[in-house]
Amino acid sequence: MTVAARPAQIRTEAETALAGFLAARPEVQNGPAGEAQRKAAGVFALKGLPHRRVEAWHYTDLRSLMREAWPLAAASASAKAPAREGLRVMIIDGVCAVLPASSPPGIKFTALRDAMASGGGTFAAQLFPDIGADDSPAALNAALARDGVVIEIAAGVKADAPIEIHFTTSAGAPRSEYPRCLVIAGAGSSLTLSETHASAARVQRNSALVCWLSEGAQVEHVFHTGDAAPEQHIATLLGDIGAGAGFQSFALVAGGSLLRRQCFIRQSGERAKIGLRGVSLLKGKQHADTTLVIDHAVPRGESRELFKHIITGSASGVFQGKVLVRPHAQKTDGGMKSQTLLLSGEAAMSNKPELEIFADDVVCGHGATVGQLDTDQLFYLMTRGLPKAQAEGLLIEAFAREAIEFVGNGDLRESCAAALTRWLETLN
Amino acid sequence: MAAVQETVDRVKSVDVDAYKYGFVTDIASDKAPKGLNDDTVRFISAKKNEPLWLTEWRLDAYKRWLTMREPDWAKVHYPKIDYQDLYYYSAPKSTPGPKSLDEVDPELLRVYEKLGIPLREREILLGVEGAGTRVAVDAVFDSVSVATTFKAELAKSGVIFCPISEAVHSHPELVKKYMGSVVPVTDNYFATLNSAVFSDGSFVYIPPGVRCPMELSTYFRINEQNTGQFERTLIIADKGSYVSYLEGCTAPKRDENQLHAAVVELIALDDAEIKYSTVQNWYPGDKDGKGGIYNFVTKRGDCRGARSKISWTQVETGSAITWKYPSCILRGDSSRGEFYSIAISNGRQQVDSGTKMLHLGKNTSSRVISKGIAAGRSDNTYRGQIFAHRKASGARNFTNCDSLLIGDTCGAHTVPYIEARNPSVMFEHEATTSKISEDQLFYCMQRGLSGEEATALIVNGFVRDVLQQLPMEFAVEAQKLIAVSLEGSVG
Repeated sequence: MTVAARPAQIRTEAETALAGFLAARPEVQNGPAGEAQRKAAGVFALKGLPHRRVEAWHYTDLRSLMREAWPLAAASASAKAPAREGLRVMIIDGVCAVLPASSPPGIKFTALRDAMASGGGTFAAQLFPDIGADDSPAALNAALARDGVVIEIAAGVKADAPIEIHFTTSAGAPRSEYPRCLVIAGAGSSLTLSETHASAARVQRNSALVCWLSEGAQVEHVFHTGDAAPEQHIATLLGDIGAGAGFQSFALVAGGSLLRRQCFIRQSGERAKIGLRGVSLLKGKQHADTTLVIDHAVPRGESRELFKHIITGSASGVFQGKVLVRPHAQKTDGGMKSQTLLLSGEAAMSNKPELEIFADDVVCGHGATVGQLDTDQLFYLMTRGLPKAQAEGLLIEAFAREAIEFVGNGDLRESCAAALTRWLETLN
Repeated sequence: MAAVQETVDRVKSVDVDAYKYGFVTDIASDKAPKGLNDDTVRFISAKKNEPLWLTEWRLDAYKRWLTMREPDWAKVHYPKIDYQDLYYYSAPKSTPGPKSLDEVDPELLRVYEKLGIPLREREILLGVEGAGTRVAVDAVFDSVSVATTFKAELAKSGVIFCPISEAVHSHPELVKKYMGSVVPVTDNYFATLNSAVFSDGSFVYIPPGVRCPMELSTYFRINEQNTGQFERTLIIADKGSYVSYLEGCTAPKRDENQLHAAVVELIALDDAEIKYSTVQNWYPGDKDGKGGIYNFVTKRGDCRGARSKISWTQVETGSAITWKYPSCILRGDSSRGEFYSIAISNGRQQVDSGTKMLHLGKNTSSRVISKGIAAGRSDNTYRGQIFAHRKASGARNFTNCDSLLIGDTCGAHTVPYIEARNPSVMFEHEATTSKISEDQLFYCMQRGLSGEEATALIVNGFVRDVLQQLPMEFAVEAQKLIAVSLEGSVG
């Protein structure tokens, strides 16, 4: 289903600027990592920015939405931020600025620039997996990635406290940045990872997070982008889930004028469990696109997706979810649901839940609904004396909470719920 | 259990030979020179003695086609078609517009008899008197319509049912007004090609307030080698009228692939209803995927009037490759679109089919039920779009697409596009994929059914929702087809 790639796709001003960034990359390293980056640069050179004729980007025409590419954030611009309590990594202006002062036994934090300088072939294969490698914005991140963080958690280690990776951009002129992070969870380990995004300047952020889960590892990932979100943001999540491992990811999306969140998750071991959920809160002229590709490459996998979209103003939402079941992935159990509330006359939603199934002994389903608040329910609440706005708020909150409830970590769940409440208050 | 017994009997009575319409008839034919250029288009137009405006229309379409690219987004793979290696026009020689059936080549009539489609009204009347139903048939053989039955009787109630080539002359105002108004000349690669070289097809006009007294039907047959069939059907249901239309198609077994690129346009004015049913049984190619028809068809209905309704029902079992999306433009307020489909693929067939429901008017509603069954080494894709325009307040859609996989070498895919631009819409989409449950098979076989019978029974249950929408005459045929298509897929 990929549109036949025709070379020389560098046409627009933004594409030309991006091609310039690629050409001017400082010291592309030799060795496997450098090789992978050159390959990724080749993918972008061949495809350019995706446009509406590229099936996976049909509803987010990046070529027309991204008119110009802002200059790359300079490494020197990064300000040192004070270290904080807890396990917090700060990526400022695309540079790993703060690592936790001390880390519990079995957990290792390394700035990506250091890891890349010393990493070998295995590291390169982990940092640049062949998952989602056809996607040109993801390739752009791979090619331009210079810093970020590598978090390794040793086999059997259970991290109690959540680890936070906070991405931000310091105040200043519009910039673009391409941070990349790698999480390697050893066999039987468990980890809660919070990924938060903010910015003090106009920024085009193209971030990537790569997660490797060995056998039996349990990782919960919570992605949150709120009020001070990057103006244009492409967030790619690449996951390889081993046998018996569990990967749960939740995304709360609010803010930013353009967000594309894309998850490419491959199940590489039997009996792996994948759960992707999220809530999108869109208003004004925001455009948020959630695109998932779940690749069941081996038997007995389970995947569950639940996404709730609440759209008002003249915002537009996109949900694309593809569940691919490869020929030998028998006994796969997949379920996907996308539900949308449209609250205004100008709001728009496009859904494309896809099933691509090559194995016969599977149970896969998806559901997608679009509608507005149920007038009966609204009426019921109003007869109980609630003002209309409050009744609406209650119903919307209940709608979104269904997905938020899946966040396992209590603190993170509460902070997501609080963010939802705050967002609802801004509507009135 | 009577119904079950009936199904089993039916399955048993079906010929074991998978494709029984694969015979070739030797009929002298009159062909256009191979290849496509301005002259071919003019040749076809001249053959039909068409007015100048239509020739121009075709030439414009041809010019446009030259600038277009063949679509490549569907989940189908086939070698590049050499459009210059095809005959674009082929007509049985001896019949330059027969006045009555007596003048039609008897060999031709025998073809249709062999296919189970009697064309002589007398025989039809004799044959089905007991059943009390009659079907008027327009038989299209390669590029021309060879016979249309019950024309006189239909004319009594004001219904026009004739080949489109005839309608161009007898009712130019209707053809001019409606042709290309639903599927514009520039719509897509295959529709544009069709606009340039279409040869024949059916034309139906139902006057206001008339309920068409019988089922109308077109039977398409490709006979000639290396020939593409490009028919064009235009059905107009004027205010408050009703028509039910059936379409069937077969082709001989041949080793090369043949192209069938049709355009069907339906127009329903205020309060009118059109029910369009297709049993598509083109030659699917052999077990190794050799030969078979490329079925690249554009079908679209326009609910132009308020409270109008268009319903598509299709049973797709044939064709090597199917690329077909019967759609409804729900323009009139409170109009309704329906799509019921069973797509069965076996061998190396590839199906990429579905529907588009474009909600433009207020309070429009649509319903999509699609059942895909993949067996052998086939790929079966449902691709459907549900769209609500900003002004389409109160639009409703319910979509249900289920896929059934038989064997582990086939693929079933679902690609729905659900686009809402209005907050008061209510769209619901659900899709499931599963295999025939071991428990159900075991239960049936324990009661004495063979594996194949049990599969046919379960499949029949799976597709029941759609079969019920078919007119009686087709439902039986379709049920048999399902059994035939799945022949050999168990064990």
